[in-house]
Amino acid sequence: MRTVGDELRAHPFFAGLSEDCMQLIAGCGEHVVFRSGATIASEGSAANEFYVIERGRVALQLHTSATGALLIQTLDAGDILGWSWLFPPFRWSIEARAMQDVHAIRLDGKCLRGKCDTDPAMGYALMQRFSYIMSQRVEATRLQVLDVYGRANRS
Amino acid sequence: MKDPLLPHLVEMQSWQQESELVFTFQVAPPEEYGSFRAGQFNMLYLPGMGESAISISGDPADRNHLTHTVRAVGNVTRALHGLRPPARIGLRGPFGRGWPLAAAEGRELLLMAGGIGLAPLRPVLFQALAAPERYQRVTLLLGARSPEEILYSEQLLRWKSDAGLQFLATVDVASAAWRGDVGVITDLVQRAAINPQQTVAMVCGPEIMLRFCARRLRELGVASDAIHVSLERHMQCGTGFCGHCQLGPYFLCKDGPVFAYPAVEPYLMTQEF
Ligand SMILES: Cc1cc2nc3c(=O)[nH]c(=O)nc-3n(C[C@H](O)[C@H](O)[C@H](O)COP(=O)(O)OP(=O)(O)OC[C@H]3O[C@@H](n4cnc5c(N)ncnc54)[C@H](O)[C@@H]3O)c2cc1C
Ligand code: FES
Repeated sequence: MRTVGDELRAHPFFAGLSEDCMQLIAGCGEHVVFRSGATIASEGSAANEFYVIERGRVALQLHTSATGALLIQTLDAGDILGWSWLFPPFRWSIEARAMQDVHAIRLDGKCLRGKCDTDPAMGYALMQRFSYIMSQRVEATRLQVLDVYGRANRS
Repeated sequence: MKDPLLPHLVEMQSWQQESELVFTFQVAPPEEYGSFRAGQFNMLYLPGMGESAISISGDPADRNHLTHTVRAVGNVTRALHGLRPPARIGLRGPFGRGWPLAAAEGRELLLMAGGIGLAPLRPVLFQALAAPERYQRVTLLLGARSPEEILYSEQLLRWKSDAGLQFLATVDVASAAWRGDVGVITDLVQRAAINPQQTVAMVCGPEIMLRFCARRLRELGVASDAIHVSLERHMQCGTGFCGHCQLGPYFLCKDGPVFAYPAVEPYLMTQEF
């Protein structure tokens, strides 16, 4: 059976990290399963972890009084869920819910924060990777906010 | 057709609502119309209202119907929204250069459509799925504003289950009841099984989507000249005379609307005048 370390080493998100880093990171990880419908994180709750999704689909949703739960992004196998563990006040800014049975690796953010503080090179390398995901998300949000398909004209 | 500037009166045969503002209707082709190529368009004319370029969204093999899918946005398209069979409308066409299907033979055919941009790509699907042995794989990646605005959904799911179409759709936003993907179309490229080096891509949708899709496809290793896009500009004559649809050195109605991406990339940031 593949260990958490094996899975993480094979994941593109961690590509290029040193073996020492990988061992530290894998030491903070464990396999978890969420049954379909389960809440993985609720908005405003403490964010002390992030997830590498291995199987299944996760819904990121916001609740508004007007529309109820609004699905604003889905994540699938290979995606990384959660970056709130990196920044104060360390609270989830969105709700994450399993749309199917979800198999994931949970990485303990508290433990990783400590390791990043004592090893800035590893902290920088991780920050670079999360910044990339965030930049992709900003780009996607721009397109969604532009409401490109809803506009009157295609050009 | 004899005089390409002279509309022929044709009769509406069917009319169907697709979503709140989008509808599909069929007309009987005029005599002498012949056939059309996937990606070509007709000019539809309503007396007193004007004329609009509308892609042909049906099966190129069907010589008995011309199908159009329209989003009601302005004079002509709103008026078309209110018509029902057997209303008569003016039609000229077919115009323009279609999708280069021959360039995709023996390779992977990847279609990326946003919103109403699926309309000019549906003829490609009809044609490619009627002869799937000609392609290594046929993939459709679709982006829509919401699940309710996904066009031709039943037919696409049938093609997916019965005709081997690799089909992935994503929407900008959905209610919690939606089981599908939420996100942007460029993210679907990573989720789909494609071999970038073998891929010929055909992309149609809002111009900003074309730019983002082309960028993502290149990042993945799809050759620039294997990316084809369909563009839109306001049109008048449809035949390369009036200059209304000019984009850099090109007249969209005659040289397009389908172009290899590198040919039009420098002009895509340019405002229409
Ligand atoms: C090759 C091609 C294929 C097309 N295929 C389809 C299709 O399959 N389905 C479809 O629904 N549409 C299609 N279109 C788009 C369609 O032709 C336009 O939306 C057309 O303008 C609709 O005509 P209308 O009279 O209803 O709207 P218009 O009255 O022309 O108004 C349409 C929109 O454009 C704006 N507008 C009007 N005039 C100008 C101007 N001079 N400059 C900038 N903006 C202006 C209006 O405010 C409105 O938002 C296609 C266009 C092209 C060029
Ligand atoms: S519409 Fe007249 S030149 Fe293209």
